[in-house]
Amino acid sequence: MLTLIVLVPIAAALILALLPGIGARSARATAIAATAISLVLLVVVWIGTPGAEGFRAEAEVPWIPSLGVAWRVGVDGMSLALSLMSALIFLAAAAWPIELDNARGYYAWVAFLAGVSLGLFVTLDLIVFYVFFDLSLVGMYFLIGRWGHGSAQEAALKFFIYTLAGSLLILIGIIVLGLSMPELTFDMRAIIAETPLDPGGLAAGLVLLAFVIGFGIKTPIFPLHTWLPPAHVDAPGPASAILAGVLLKMGTYGLVRLPLQMMPETFATWALPIAVVGVVSILWGAIVALAQENLKRRIAYTSVNHMGYVILGIAVAGSAAGSEAARELALTGAIVEMVAHGLITGSLFLVAGAFWQRTQDYDLANYGGLAGPAPRLTALATLAAFASLGLPGLAGFVAELHIFLGAFGVYPWLAAVGLLGILVTAALFLVMLRKLFFGALPPKRAGFTDLDRGEVAILAVLLALVVLIGLWPAWLISLIDAGGLLTVLQGGG
Amino acid sequence: MPIGDLAPELSVLLTAVAVLLAAMALPQRLHGWCAVVAIAGLAVAAGFTVAQWDAARMTFSGTFALDRATGWARLLILAMTAGVAALSPAWFATDRRHGEYCAVLLFSALGALAMAGAADLMQLVMGVLLSSVPGYVLAAYHRDWEISLEAGMKYFLVGALANALLVTGVILVMGMAGSTDYAALILVGLLFKLGAVPAHAWMPDVAEGAPVPSAAFLTIVPKIAAAVALFRVVSLVPEETFPLRLLVAIAAAATMTLGNLAALWQTDLRRLLGWSSVSQSGYALMAVAVAGAAETALQALVAFVGVYALANLLAFAVIAHLRGRTALEDVAGLLRARPVAAIALTLALLSFVGIPPLPGFLGKFALFEATLDGGLSWLAMLAVANTVVSLFYYLRVIGPAALSKPKDAMGTLGRASFTVILVALLAMAVSVPVWGGLWNGLPATLLPM
Repeated sequence: MLTLIVLVPIAAALILALLPGIGARSARATAIAATAISLVLLVVVWIGTPGAEGFRAEAEVPWIPSLGVAWRVGVDGMSLALSLMSALIFLAAAAWPIELDNARGYYAWVAFLAGVSLGLFVTLDLIVFYVFFDLSLVGMYFLIGRWGHGSAQEAALKFFIYTLAGSLLILIGIIVLGLSMPELTFDMRAIIAETPLDPGGLAAGLVLLAFVIGFGIKTPIFPLHTWLPPAHVDAPGPASAILAGVLLKMGTYGLVRLPLQMMPETFATWALPIAVVGVVSILWGAIVALAQENLKRRIAYTSVNHMGYVILGIAVAGSAAGSEAARELALTGAIVEMVAHGLITGSLFLVAGAFWQRTQDYDLANYGGLAGPAPRLTALATLAAFASLGLPGLAGFVAELHIFLGAFGVYPWLAAVGLLGILVTAALFLVMLRKLFFGALPPKRAGFTDLDRGEVAILAVLLALVVLIGLWPAWLISLIDAGGLLTVLQGGG
Repeated sequence: MPIGDLAPELSVLLTAVAVLLAAMALPQRLHGWCAVVAIAGLAVAAGFTVAQWDAARMTFSGTFALDRATGWARLLILAMTAGVAALSPAWFATDRRHGEYCAVLLFSALGALAMAGAADLMQLVMGVLLSSVPGYVLAAYHRDWEISLEAGMKYFLVGALANALLVTGVILVMGMAGSTDYAALILVGLLFKLGAVPAHAWMPDVAEGAPVPSAAFLTIVPKIAAAVALFRVVSLVPEETFPLRLLVAIAAAATMTLGNLAALWQTDLRRLLGWSSVSQSGYALMAVAVAGAAETALQALVAFVGVYALANLLAFAVIAHLRGRTALEDVAGLLRARPVAAIALTLALLSFVGIPPLPGFLGKFALFEATLDGGLSWLAMLAVANTVVSLFYYLRVIGPAALSKPKDAMGTLGRASFTVILVALLAMAVSVPVWGGLWNGLPATLLPM
């Protein structure tokens, strides 16, 4: 079942790549259909295994038995929640109306990325995980380089080189983990049960460092984030939504799955520095975002800020300090934040794409007063911005509340400093909304058209989920089952 | 004398003679058939190789090791030579000495075969020289073109020095009745064939200046043989008597770093591939450096060299297909003008980087694993840094080729080079799903020298 979720989009990508006669409309329909099938299948897995603990829907096919590598799939609450969110973002990105040359190629890459991203979340083999991690770089490289604007090729190059450097560090860490098992294997379940590198020593510390840097580049955390703004600014809107909504989550998901679950004692030793890095990312991302006059750059830096919350949550969860309840709260918050950030920032980047589609301009100074000609855009963008700044009743608030409740239980001073980030974020979004939608309408924006029905429908679905998680988060929290993740930790450690 | 044990080598020899005779008898317009005869002969040799697949014995009074490592090296050498031979008729169509080219190619391949199976130092010298001497001719085959002559001359000068050191080393080792203190001299001779520091200087010139089929051949076939031969020599020297593995590790580090740094700002695709080929030799040496220390060292070496050979053949086949078009700006827009060639070039270069799930990744993964298992983590980390650097210059080719608009129509060489591209792509595609089986078929150990 989970294998199909990966194969259907990749097969669609192959069909799109190989059949030359497909027009733009049918190419888009193919990509939508493929991602929709994956989403439906994921929902079937979710509904079909109510209340299951640990990994579900597992399957295994041998690939290189003598090296302990196999095609292994299975999901737990965290990866199921993330893959559901990812499939939805891909569906939205594929459905988002955009004018392109060579639409067939574009939708082929989108479908390909959907397949490999879902594959990354559902695989239970470290080498296959690495394969999908790198393939997502390749897909994103071509999406940005070919369909981006401005200096897209340089931005794509920078993105690829930075993240490949990170991924190779991860590969080295993975190999060391595999080699340190009693019998060479890359089965995540076995490694999580065995935690072969614990208790730490120099080697374990270095492996942890490799993982933190590798996943930190992808997440991205300060000071490894410098590839992110150019990649976002020059990418087409839906590609930015995928990059922020899905690809960044690979970094944080990896941090939980590999270092936190596979070497918990080593992680606990280093949890405080990681938490500090998280808090620095929170503040740095927020303050730098406040200074940006480019709409997309501003949203991009808020990603650094939000990912900082996630890192803080993960670090708190992995620390041996504080009460178990606090750590469980923090981990729940981190995972909810991943889902919420995917939905919210995905929407914001789609909104930014709508701006580019209409005016080819991201400069905030050139806008104003759009609430008049574009009320639907104003309403949806305002809702997304409020969700992003953590307004109660929306998903971002639930996540940040959990993270900070947990963090106050473990690192109160750090949490207090981190709270400042929320203040700055609120300021930067409010200023952005004012500059875009209120005040006088500049003359050259006179013909600005509002969102059409298709765009409204896509944003409405994403933001409806944001409201739903905000008002009634219980279903998501019980799906994630952070307590279960931590129990595994205690059982293994 | 167990003459049948050398059936593959003998078939290559007899085919070379047949090709030579045919080239003398046939008119120039029919010289294309020489390549057909050569490929047929190589296929027969491959058949003999497969027939001896499970052999594990020394033959010819202990001078030739007939083991699984020899078997793999033979198969790779024969297959790669066949690919090069298929490229040659269209490339040399206007050359008067076109038929003889295949004969020279086969003689050099014969030397490589002898090198790969050598279990005796004199036999090793013979193999190295036999593969080198026709190699000089191959590099300088466009004798009216200065750059080709320069390539041949450089290859010859570096080769003459390295081979002289090799012969000296062999004589000293043998004269001292098994003392291995001079093994470092032998090492230099083999590093030359591998295109590794300190005898790497010929590689970029040959890649740029030699006729494209020769460049493909010289950057692949001697390497396969030298990798296996080097592993045999290093396994021979006990670590306690002489720190040969440390020397190899240093050569590996220097080779991969120098190759990558030199490749960074090249503006000529062939020269860039030459430097990349130097750096790939550096990676391969990692496996030699952990010989004996990691269980999978030999498997990783053969696997890595095999996937490198395939990707390099593919890259050079694309260049031959594009009629030797080689300046970087001339391949911009390749994807729209020649989609198959562009995809092939992209996959070949990404395989060099080691992007999964391409075979290059599987080879590099095996290498990293063996190196970490063998305790040389610093070397593995250096290889990681080098891989990141290498992505930059490979993307300097891939980016414009895939993302820009073409300036001209981009003529091609014809069906033969296109077929080589397709076959190599197919081999790459098939190798990934069956990797588990291939890996189990790779040699874990060698016969002692």
